[in-house]
Amino acid sequence: MGNKNKDRKKASAYECQEIEYNIKQTNPVAKVFIYIFLIIWAVINIFPIYFMFTFSLKANDEIFGENIVGLPKNWLWSNYISAMNTGNMGRYFINSLIVTIAAIAISIMAALMATYALTRIKWRASKLMNSFLMLGLTIPLQASIVPVYVILSKAHWLNKYSTLIIPYSAFTLSMSILICTGFMVDIPYDLDESARIDGCGLWRTFFSIILPLMKPALSTIGIYAYLQCWNEFMFANVFISDSAHRTLPVGIKALSGAYTTDWGPIGAALVIATFPTLIVYIFLSRKIQESFIAGAVKG
Amino acid sequence: MADNNAITVNNIKRDKAKETIGKGVTIFLFLLPALLLFVGILIAPIIISVYRSMYDWNGFSEGTFIGLNNYKELFTNGSIKFMVSLKNALWIAFFSVFVQLPFSLFLALLLGRKVKGERTFLSIFFMPVLISTVVIGQLWLKIYNPDYGLLNRFLDAVHLGNLKHVWVGEVSTALGSIIVPTVWQYIGYHMLLMYAGVKGVSTDLREAAMLDGATKWQVDRYVVIPIIKPIIRVSVIFAVTGSLKSYDMVRILTEGGPFQTTEVPSTLLENMLFLRNRYGMGSTISVMLIVLCFAFALAITAAFKEKEA
Repeated sequence: MGNKNKDRKKASAYECQEIEYNIKQTNPVAKVFIYIFLIIWAVINIFPIYFMFTFSLKANDEIFGENIVGLPKNWLWSNYISAMNTGNMGRYFINSLIVTIAAIAISIMAALMATYALTRIKWRASKLMNSFLMLGLTIPLQASIVPVYVILSKAHWLNKYSTLIIPYSAFTLSMSILICTGFMVDIPYDLDESARIDGCGLWRTFFSIILPLMKPALSTIGIYAYLQCWNEFMFANVFISDSAHRTLPVGIKALSGAYTTDWGPIGAALVIATFPTLIVYIFLSRKIQESFIAGAVKG
Repeated sequence: MADNNAITVNNIKRDKAKETIGKGVTIFLFLLPALLLFVGILIAPIIISVYRSMYDWNGFSEGTFIGLNNYKELFTNGSIKFMVSLKNALWIAFFSVFVQLPFSLFLALLLGRKVKGERTFLSIFFMPVLISTVVIGQLWLKIYNPDYGLLNRFLDAVHLGNLKHVWVGEVSTALGSIIVPTVWQYIGYHMLLMYAGVKGVSTDLREAAMLDGATKWQVDRYVVIPIIKPIIRVSVIFAVTGSLKSYDMVRILTEGGPFQTTEVPSTLLENMLFLRNRYGMGSTISVMLIVLCFAFALAITAAFKEKEA
């Protein structure tokens, strides 16, 4: 009898999988605590962003006075105007955009081509070459900074867009290849063979068959590379000293040095640097999370 | 007839050879952009770094070969502050591994239980990861500000004014002020990886354990955690190597101060270039960073293997 009961229980657990291991069966007091805890942690994670948006719209007397965490009483959009004009944030924003887009484009193209050669053409050392390129996942950025800096400064190549574009595309390359490989091995190999029979060479196969099928991979790689380049600080800080080519992180540091007592424009600058990421995240949160998981779990 | 055959065989051979060469050229051309970037920006500079780390070099003259003296000086000359920077980086690593990761794991396990609003919580907890460390650092500077910062004003409001500090400016609190936001920012990152792992463990397996009388925490402890161990290993490696590489938060919050007590290897490396003109020593520090990152990654992998055995 007892045995039968157990069997039935097992069967029902099988039928609707959610019946046992979930929060519904937790006792109500513990459940309340769990939710309170999760909500507090959520508030702690949202608060800095809320704080940033509100103080970007306040004057000093509100920030330093009684209204430090509330909504702004006077919405001071002029903070944004001073961040854009005197703080030069518009310029830095465009610089960041140029550097990021160019680096992503180069990295994706190089990664697609390399991945094609590594996964879809059969040759002896392809595995070895792949592990060589994967070294880039563990090598710290700092490893190459001294020689690259010396070479660039001797060649008078500091303070240009390409000073950052080339290293950024190199640093995102290994991850791009890794993600690309994941997508490219899923394309059936029959496609290549039938293309070969129809007289397609390797180049035509790549451009007219593989590339169009890699579209879903592009957004995953693109998002990952975007976050790396948009937020990168060390190289930008070391390689760029003139204000015409500063990217946002370096620009913010310069601005905060200039406006030590006036918080509003700094807040505005922080919002300007952050909102593209937040907008992308609102619409593509799942995709972004997937690209992070793809990067870490396979690597 | 035999002649004819030989010619065709020869032709086929020649065609084959042509094809292999053609294929080789194609492979090479496809790999070329990636290799140029990778070797040019990463591999070659590392080799140059290793070579230059044995020089007393100001970056522009030829420099003089001094063998391993830079390495020796790095560990023995206190004014270089390398040991201090290493100690700081290891403190960050310690708190990352023993505070950040357990907390991430706890969140991942909680969210793995199908709480209501699971996706929303996950997305909110992950948000700080996406924001530039420079922005996060600036926000924390506003929190730490001695006169108007949230922290000191909060302490005043709850009548704990005697706990107030010049957080990033005092030797006793500066390193802690760096560690707190660093640990906080990346909790979401590790949580996401672990959550993906927890979700990957089959529900049947967990429920089977529960039918055998295990509580949920026991299921987590004895079923889920062992299965997601490879992910935990990756997280530990990322947390430790990430701490060794830390730069952004230190540059923004303390600039290595006060009195160079919060330097980390990367900020020292930059100082060697711009403040001291010691490019040879800068190379030495970057070589040490690579060595340390690889050594820790290998040691952690080995430690996890041992545990499994």
